[in-house]
Amino acid sequence: MVPFKILVLVCLAYVIFLFLVAFVVENRARQGRARWLRAPIVYTLSLSIYCTAWTFYGAVGYAARSGLEFLTIYLGPTLVFVGWWWVLRKLVRIGKAQRVTSIADLISSRYGKSNLLGVIVTLLAVAGTTPYIALQLQSISLSFAVFAAETRPGWALPGRDATALWVAGGLVIFTILFGTRNLDANEQHHGIVTAIAVEAVVKLVALLAVGIFVVWVLADGPRGVFDLIEATDVAEWRLQPGRWAGLTFLSAAAILCLPRMFQVMVVENADERHLATASWAFPLYLALMSLFVVPIAVVGLLTMPEGSNPDLFVLTLPLSAGRGDLAMLAFLGGFSSATSMVIVAAIALATMVSNHIVVPLWLRMARVAGEVAPAAGYAGDVRRLVLRARRASIAGVLALGYAYFHFTGGSSALAAIGLIAFVGVAQALPALIGGIFWRGASRNGAAVGLCLGFGIWIYALFLPSFGPDGVIPADVMINGPFGIGWLRPQALFGSEGMDPLLHALFWSLLLNSGAFCLVSIFSFPTPLERLQGAQFVNVFDRAGGTRGWAHGVAEAEDLLVMAQRILGGDAAQGFFHAEAAAQGKAGFLPDTTPEFIEALERRLSASVGAATAHAMVGQIVGGSMISVEDLMAVANETAQIMEYSSRLEAKSEELIRTARQLREANEKLTKLSVQKDAFLSQISHELRTPMTSIRAFSEILRDGADLPLADRHKYAGIIQEEAIRLTRLLDDLLDLSVLENGQVTLHSTSANLHDLIDSALRSAGATAAGRDFAILRDPASEHVGLTTDTDRLTQVFINLVSNARKYCDAAHPELRIRVTERGADVEVDFIDNGSGIGKENQALIFEKFARLTDQTRAGGAGLGLAICREVMSKLGGTIAYLPGQGGAAFRVRLPRRRILPRGGSVAPGAHGAGQGPVAAQG
Amino acid sequence: MARGAQFLERQTYRRRRMIDGARLLPVIGAIAFVMPILWRTDTTPGASTAHGGLYLFAIWFGLILAAFALSRRLRNVAGDGRVED
Amino acid sequence: MPWGEGMPEKGKQVLLIEDEPHIVEAIRFILTRDGWGVEAHADGADAIEVIQRLAPDVLILDVMLPGRSGYEILQDLRADAATARLPVLMLTARGQDRDRDLAQRYGVSRFMTKPFSNLDVLTSVRELSGG
Repeated sequence: MVPFKILVLVCLAYVIFLFLVAFVVENRARQGRARWLRAPIVYTLSLSIYCTAWTFYGAVGYAARSGLEFLTIYLGPTLVFVGWWWVLRKLVRIGKAQRVTSIADLISSRYGKSNLLGVIVTLLAVAGTTPYIALQLQSISLSFAVFAAETRPGWALPGRDATALWVAGGLVIFTILFGTRNLDANEQHHGIVTAIAVEAVVKLVALLAVGIFVVWVLADGPRGVFDLIEATDVAEWRLQPGRWAGLTFLSAAAILCLPRMFQVMVVENADERHLATASWAFPLYLALMSLFVVPIAVVGLLTMPEGSNPDLFVLTLPLSAGRGDLAMLAFLGGFSSATSMVIVAAIALATMVSNHIVVPLWLRMARVAGEVAPAAGYAGDVRRLVLRARRASIAGVLALGYAYFHFTGGSSALAAIGLIAFVGVAQALPALIGGIFWRGASRNGAAVGLCLGFGIWIYALFLPSFGPDGVIPADVMINGPFGIGWLRPQALFGSEGMDPLLHALFWSLLLNSGAFCLVSIFSFPTPLERLQGAQFVNVFDRAGGTRGWAHGVAEAEDLLVMAQRILGGDAAQGFFHAEAAAQGKAGFLPDTTPEFIEALERRLSASVGAATAHAMVGQIVGGSMISVEDLMAVANETAQIMEYSSRLEAKSEELIRTARQLREANEKLTKLSVQKDAFLSQISHELRTPMTSIRAFSEILRDGADLPLADRHKYAGIIQEEAIRLTRLLDDLLDLSVLENGQVTLHSTSANLHDLIDSALRSAGATAAGRDFAILRDPASEHVGLTTDTDRLTQVFINLVSNARKYCDAAHPELRIRVTERGADVEVDFIDNGSGIGKENQALIFEKFARLTDQTRAGGAGLGLAICREVMSKLGGTIAYLPGQGGAAFRVRLPRRRILPRGGSVAPGAHGAGQGPVAAQG
Repeated sequence: MARGAQFLERQTYRRRRMIDGARLLPVIGAIAFVMPILWRTDTTPGASTAHGGLYLFAIWFGLILAAFALSRRLRNVAGDGRVED
Repeated sequence: MPWGEGMPEKGKQVLLIEDEPHIVEAIRFILTRDGWGVEAHADGADAIEVIQRLAPDVLILDVMLPGRSGYEILQDLRADAATARLPVLMLTARGQDRDRDLAQRYGVSRFMTKPFSNLDVLTSVRELSGG
């Protein structure tokens, strides 16, 4: 006999073990050393969350009551997996191509990224899953109670509710810890999937062990069991044809539509080929899980005392035979079944709730407040919002499950709730299957069908499940609402005498798919729907991407600002950089081609779902951008896509890229030539202005022998001042030319970055016009040791700071200095809150002679940034303009340790050279 | 794709018949699983649970074996997609 | 101004529009000593109003001015009947042919590049006011 105390200890140890598995795997996956974890067998095992505690314990009870009928729950999924080539392969491919995050996302995305559908499916999923979670909590508390009943008195036992509460709390922690680490659904939950695979093994081993024990120890082997079956009152197979076929169909529908199954089957799928393995391995798993169910039920019925709960035979049989260890194993199997289901279901539901309800609501509210304007910048971090929403949703889903358990708990037939939930989620089937096989399926059809099916399910099955007089008054059940006979919940349209479950399944799905088809046929879809429909239905012969955003007029910079808020700064900048590089451009801002916007939207939808991503991109790109011409392109249906020779396409892509590079180079050359002319005038002006004063006053001094002494002194002073100004200008020019020709000697010294910034601020503060300027720094991050030419680096900093002081036009100017370490490099960002630099100038500011503003400021030949760029390249680093920061922003990046090469001659210009765009007219 | 090609390479031909098989398999399975409904007529009472169970498990393992055989050949086709018939 | 009382019979006014204080100081010195009344203004944006208000006999105009370029000011002056015939001496530090052509097209009276000889400035102003 197992004391309750030990049971609790083993249970805790098992949970800690699962935590460790998830933790270790997660870490290894992060280091990229977990390829074996994504083996097909892990995928197959993770699918086993289909077998919940309901099937683990309940199947035996079901068999004890209705014989072989329990098998239908496994036969449906078997057919779906054996027939993977039809549906699953397509689902998985679409899931990958569209970066689908949940079944609600898939349906919403298919029907023109409609958030309405996302909300409906989400509600459906919540309604269908909550009772199911309650069921799992109930099974755990029931199985605890079995052990508790066997234990000696004197041990303070937790109540039924308390057990469920503890379990629910633990599950919340586990799920949040490992389920909300990353936002992007395509970065899958390695830790959780592996933990679930482990649990899958435990429950299979447990059930097989109990089965083998029952067959070979309690009975006399297979033959004996065979005879025993013949001897009991389940011997006759009282097959009900309707239920048999209906339940097989229902379970097949459910495995496609259950949110948690969709999560592991589609979202967590790492490789389509794993599906090929699962096509036989998962049916095998199911067959093994159900192999011993009837023997256990029969032996239980024969040997256990009258009135004992057949749902718990898996536990009570070994216990009554004195095999506590086996019962313990069975208990862990049941525990595994319940927890793994709850964890995945909670993740799947949380993704839906956050993507389809919380974020759209927030977006709408923010739009009302006018806050979504692209200029809002870094501050409003959508990413954090989504993660928080997801965590709260996980807790919410489990709380809901617990509440359901608390208020309805104790109903003895576990299987009933399970099947009711199946019928609920199966309402998504017409929209799902229609969506991936029928281009004519429309959003309105899906919405009407879903609502109708959902409504009938609630009215005819879900509410009556609370018992007579539970929610629906008994009078209504018998006579119909307001005495209307054909609206009786369990005899709709006069269909009396049907099995209630079958009745609800039949009417809800019939009316659901009927309305879906009819409305689809008679409604006209929007262009976006038609595009998405074509993409989904023809997922296998897609040659190119869609042309969803035909006439992108968005500013890449605005898109970057938005992407940063969802993906985080680094990821967004990396994505934009890569896209720009793919177009053959440098920097962070690619051309906003339709292809780019499409790619961006897909990247975002992996985080917040298709509908939300589309809405957010739409806010910036402006409206639905699909024109009739774009539709025409798609409407040529099958033929035209296949015509493309992929080689030709690749070649033309290459040509486009080259052409773009050439165009860009040409533009730059033209601009540079203009700039060069302008510079010659400018440099002429800069040189001649001081010379004018020098000449004029020297002539005055020469001719005016009668000048008073004071005036002479004054005029000589002016001559000297202007001569110094000339020298400084020449120094800058020389400095730049020396840097450019590589004849510079750099002196490596070590210093603390913090001190360098300090000294740069001091120097720049001394030279700039004295106005209030807030400097925002994070001193803690600045303490980075550097080995480089610190004087030159400080020169660059001084330049950037004085630029900001000079050109920042905000009412309360601020300069933010941000230091980030990146591997062997360090990045220093200087970000002010002025109006920044227009896109057309961003490419030019680092060129010599460019000036930030042309009209108003007549001063400065604009050598400062050009010198900075040269200095940084000599130091082995870079300086770049960082768009989308809500002001002018420069990023300096350099290696922390650099052995500097020695150049030829010594650099001139130690005296404050290159400080800003030549501080000429001070 | 190539419209004029009426005769395919032997290997391609085999692969396409494998796909046909994969499509047919669930249909066969469904028919076999629903078959017990026909056993029950007005004259004979229900079949026995034991024999029915044996029948179902036999079909079940048969399907698993067939799916296993097919999946080994279709694995790589599934990976790169783009299969037409 | 110690040289202010120089040659009082002229008493004519020169308006100097130039943003470099040292150059202003030098020209003021040269002209004042010759008996001219000199007013200076450093901004291009409101130069037209200053010119209309002071109605000088000769205008010395720099090209690179903050606010508005000398060329634009010149164009406006020539377009207005009241100032169409005002003698304008243009000074520029960008001594390229193109700049000279541009100034001539806009109707400049005389064009000089910096640095200039003091005597040239003085002679030019005298000739412009006389002719």
